[in-house]
Parts: sequence; C-alpha cells; structure tokens
Amino acid sequence: MKTISINIKHAVLAICTILLLGSCSKTDSPTPEFEEKNLAPFSIEFDNIVGDRTFSINNTGNLYTNAAGEKFSISMLQYFVSNIKVTTAEGKTYTVPQEKSYFMINGADKTTRFTKVEVPEGDYTKVTFTLGVDSLRSTMDLSKRTGILDPAAGGGHDAGGMYWGWNSGYIFFKYEGNSSVISDDVNGDPTGKKQFKYHIGGFGGYSAPTINNIKTITIDLNNAGIAKVRKDRQSNVHLFVDVMKVFNGKNSFSIASHPNVMFSDYSVNIAANLTQLFTHDHTEN
Amino acid sequence: MNSKHLIVLLFMGLFIVACKKSEPLIEELETFLGFQKPTNFPEPVYKFENNKITKDGFELGRMLFNEPRLSRNNTITCSSCHIQSSAFTQHGHDVSHGIDDRLGTRNSPPIMNLAWSRAFNWGGGIHDLDTQPITPITTHEEMDENLENVYKKLRAMPKYTSKFKAAFGTEEINTANFMKALSQFMLMCVSSNSKYDKVIRKESGASFTSEEMEGYVLFKEKCATCHSEPLFTDGSFRNNGLAISPVNDKGLYVATLLETDKYKFKVPSLRNLKYTAPYMHDGRFLSLNGVFEHYNNEVVNTQNLDPLLKGSKLGIMLASTEKTKIAAFLNTLNDEEFIKNPLLAEQ
Repeated sequence: MKTISINIKHAVLAICTILLLGSCSKTDSPTPEFEEKNLAPFSIEFDNIVGDRTFSINNTGNLYTNAAGEKFSISMLQYFVSNIKVTTAEGKTYTVPQEKSYFMINGADKTTRFTKVEVPEGDYTKVTFTLGVDSLRSTMDLSKRTGILDPAAGGGHDAGGMYWGWNSGYIFFKYEGNSSVISDDVNGDPTGKKQFKYHIGGFGGYSAPTINNIKTITIDLNNAGIAKVRKDRQSNVHLFVDVMKVFNGKNSFSIASHPNVMFSDYSVNIAANLTQLFTHDHTEN
Repeated sequence: MNSKHLIVLLFMGLFIVACKKSEPLIEELETFLGFQKPTNFPEPVYKFENNKITKDGFELGRMLFNEPRLSRNNTITCSSCHIQSSAFTQHGHDVSHGIDDRLGTRNSPPIMNLAWSRAFNWGGGIHDLDTQPITPITTHEEMDENLENVYKKLRAMPKYTSKFKAAFGTEEINTANFMKALSQFMLMCVSSNSKYDKVIRKESGASFTSEEMEGYVLFKEKCATCHSEPLFTDGSFRNNGLAISPVNDKGLYVATLLETDKYKFKVPSLRNLKYTAPYMHDGRFLSLNGVFEHYNNEVVNTQNLDPLLKGSKLGIMLASTEKTKIAAFLNTLNDEEFIKNPLLAEQ
C-alpha cells in the first residue's frame, strides 16, 4: 500500500510540476487590469511556529524553551485576524468587504489557518490585516456579530471563548500553557496547575480612550514572492507566526514574572511583541 | 391617561382601516402598549430601531428573566437578584447572593429606566443593554453558566422555540434574539408614576405637601447636580468619598485602567429608595439616614473625590431638619405602581 501511495504522490508531483511550468508561462502575461469587480480567490496562511520548531498543542513531552531559559508547553492559541487589505506595486488598494473579513486562527485546528477571501485579479506587493477586532465591530449591534464574533462562541471565557462580558469587547489574542517556573501563590497560579494565561484585548474604549491593543500588520511581499491573483489559481501568502516572540519580542519578559496578563497596563507591552510574530515565508501562486 | 386612550383608539382605527384585522388583535393592542416615553422624561438612548418592542418579544423577555436555566445548575434567575417588589433589586442583601450561595462584591442594582442608561454596572464597562446580561450569566458568583449551554437548554423546550418564532420569526435561539428579548423586558421596566411624576405632570391634582416642597428645594440645592431630574441620576461616574472597602473595589478604573477613574462608581437613581435598601455599590448603608450621615460627616478624601464634595468641609452639610425634609421629598419618588405592575411580574 505504501509504495502505491508514494507512486501516486510522485505522479501528483509530476503533474503539479507540469502545471507549474505551464502556469509560469502565464505569469509572463501582462498583469490584468485592476478591476474591483473582477474577483478571484486569495488567502493568507497563518502557519504557527515556535522559534525553530513546529507548533504543537499540549507538547508536554517535548517542551519549548524561551529566551529566559524557561521551559513551557502550549495548551491554547487563538487569535483574530480581520480587515484584510491588499496593495499593488502601483499603490492601488482593495479592502475586503468587512463582513467577509473576520477570521479566528485556532492553533489546535489546522483547518482554521487560511483566511480565504476574494480580491480583484492583480499582482500584490503588500498585504495588510488587523490582529484583533476593530472598535466599530466591537460595539456593533449583536445581530451583526455572529459566527466567530458571537459572544457565545467558544463555550465561555474558561474554554475557547474570545469575549469579555464585564468589559464588553473581544480578546484578540489568547495564549495559554504551562511552565514549571510558575509559583503556586497569588503571583503565579494558586490552583497549583502552573498555568500561564495571556488574554490580550482592548479596543480603545467606548466613551473615553482606554488601552488600544488593536494591531495593524503590513507585510511586504516583494522579497519572498508577490501574490499573483488570478481566477484560475489560489494565490496564498504563506506567513510564519512565531509565538515564541510573545516572550522574546522587543518587550521580552519571563513567564515567571508575568504568568497572567489580561486587561491590564502590562498587556500593552505584550501587544507590541505581537506585531513581530509575522514573517512572510513564501507565496504560492 | 386621556391622551394614551386617544392614541390607542387611533391605532385601533388605523388597524381596522388598514388591515381589517380581527377582534383579538385589537384586544391585544389595548392591553400591550409597547414602550412609551413618559411625557416628563427625555428621549431614550437605547437604539429601539435595532430592537422594536413587540408583545411576543416582551413576553419572551419576561419568561427568560424568570428562567432558572440561565444558570449553571438551574437554580438562579435574573429575578433572584432583581425582585420586582424591591424595585428589581435584591432587598436586604448588601452584595448579591448568587449560585451555590456565592457572594459577589457589589449591590444588585435596580432594573429600572434602563432605556435612558448609557453605561451599565456600578463600574461601567458595558455600554449596550443588549450585551449586559452576558456578565451575570457568565460570572462565577452569579449564574456561572456559558451562553451556548443556556441556548441548548432552551432549544429543548417547545415553549421557547415557539415563543422565539412568534417574537423574531424564527425558532432559532441565538445570541442576538436571546439578548434582545431580555432587553425588551428590561426596557419596559419604566418607573415614572411616583407622586413626584404626577406633580410634575400636573396629573389628577397631585401636589407636594409643604415639607415635601421644602425638601424639593433643598434637594435641588444640594443633590440635584449628580442626581438630576427626572431620572435622578446624571448617568456619570463619580467618587462620592466612601471609605475604601476591604476588597478595595476601584470601580470604573477596572474597566478603563485610567488613574482618573479610580474609585468612581455610577451615580444611582434616587427613585424607589423605599424598596431598594441597602445603598451604595456595596450596600454598606442600611438606611437613608446612613447615607445622609455619610454626606454630612463621613466623606473621605480618597483619590478622585468629586470636586462637588470638596468644600471648606468635605461632603454636603445637612442639618437634621434638612435631612427630614429631603427624606420627605425623596419619599415622593417611590412608585408603587411600578413594583406592583402585573405586566412586569412573573406569569
């Protein structure tokens, strides 16, 4: 059986190569006229990694180590990606209609890693997205906040829920795990489970300005491959999302010193690290 | 009342002309008037255009308000801590008493005149009535349930699927429908028929006694900046100089993390005080006299103390005769029709 499947794989590979060769000649053809109604499939892939290693949930048998030398496992990683925008080399932009532009990437469910949208045919050198949920949507009528934006989604705050009831708003980035460095007292995890929890949110306040952890991320595609969006293809911008940078980013910190960060002033430091998570690895056109 | 009757008659007339509807609908119209802005109240702030109040929607909200399945072990209803006879507060409890005999840290506020409220909870953080119930339902000390579980329990009950269908045109029970039904009930909890209201509206010869009138004058001089008419709150958040409690509740600060919001709490309405003791965000004062004494003598200069309480002496001077008169006026804000309104009672 195994040999047969390999043979099939080889065959598929061969066909793909031929197809790719075929499609390469297409890329030489002129870029289509930028026409807002001429929509074609496009996606950004959020491929989670942890430093030099692949991402895995509940990696208790093979721990990760951060820059502070702390060993840890990951039990949950969920974050919102929204408001996707693409830009051509000429500076033409297209913003995906907002109601089709909310995604939740769940580290435990690989099928959630693609943000599949439609943008006009064209060659794009830049993609922009929001890490989090914009303030407008955060305060919209409930009937316009369904699916992943439903405050009931995810089974509540202690499970996969991404909504804060007491301080109306979404958790943009939810990252939990365990590390033996966490103390058992009130400064750590009094339940003795040695859990760390980072629930980063804050849309800037409703009536007075408060902390705003919404991050707009712009990725330049020129180095690792521009997105050539055509109707007969699935252009996919493949990003690596290095969650090690939550700890090791510009505001590096140790798990032991900040094992729980939710709606607090310190969350601003971590949110700043979140902007460093994304690197463009390649584009599949 | 006359103008109300006229409006009902007009609507009946319109329906007969427009649709030639049958008798039962006309009867319903007579008994269910929907949300009506009292003539002495300002325009409400709730966005009614997103949630039109209907008889079925309101009745569904009333069912949900009294539904123990909203809590994890089906023991606690909204009405457990918001009892109509106590003007929808939990009379006699300083802080609310929730599931498994757990205690919260704050006093259960009245469900009253919420259509005019721009922020909810003693400490703010919520700005849309439709999203308010998420907090008590999911809070550990209150109902300790998650929303999806609530919907699952309700979906199994035909009385709910049919009522959702009647109210929203679909049997589907989702967050928007569920929350909007609860809002419909809460929005209808309008208290506007106290003696004060009748005097102001010049209804049926109502008038203040001389003591009440003197109290009213004193009230306007000493209290009305924060407890402004006719809602008897300006809806703002202020630090009224309470000594910091053992739990060090920082109020609005918890929701905004702004240093200038520390120890500020929502200014409560003074309507229905007869039914809503104890007073303050943590229910620390058991009587109105306790509150008067606080302003007269016990105001503490904590961070962000309201400037209005920073005179030559902290607080608000109140001689004992003044207290008596103000109490007499405040007594005119009690609305017996509200706490006895059969429409708002569990059916």
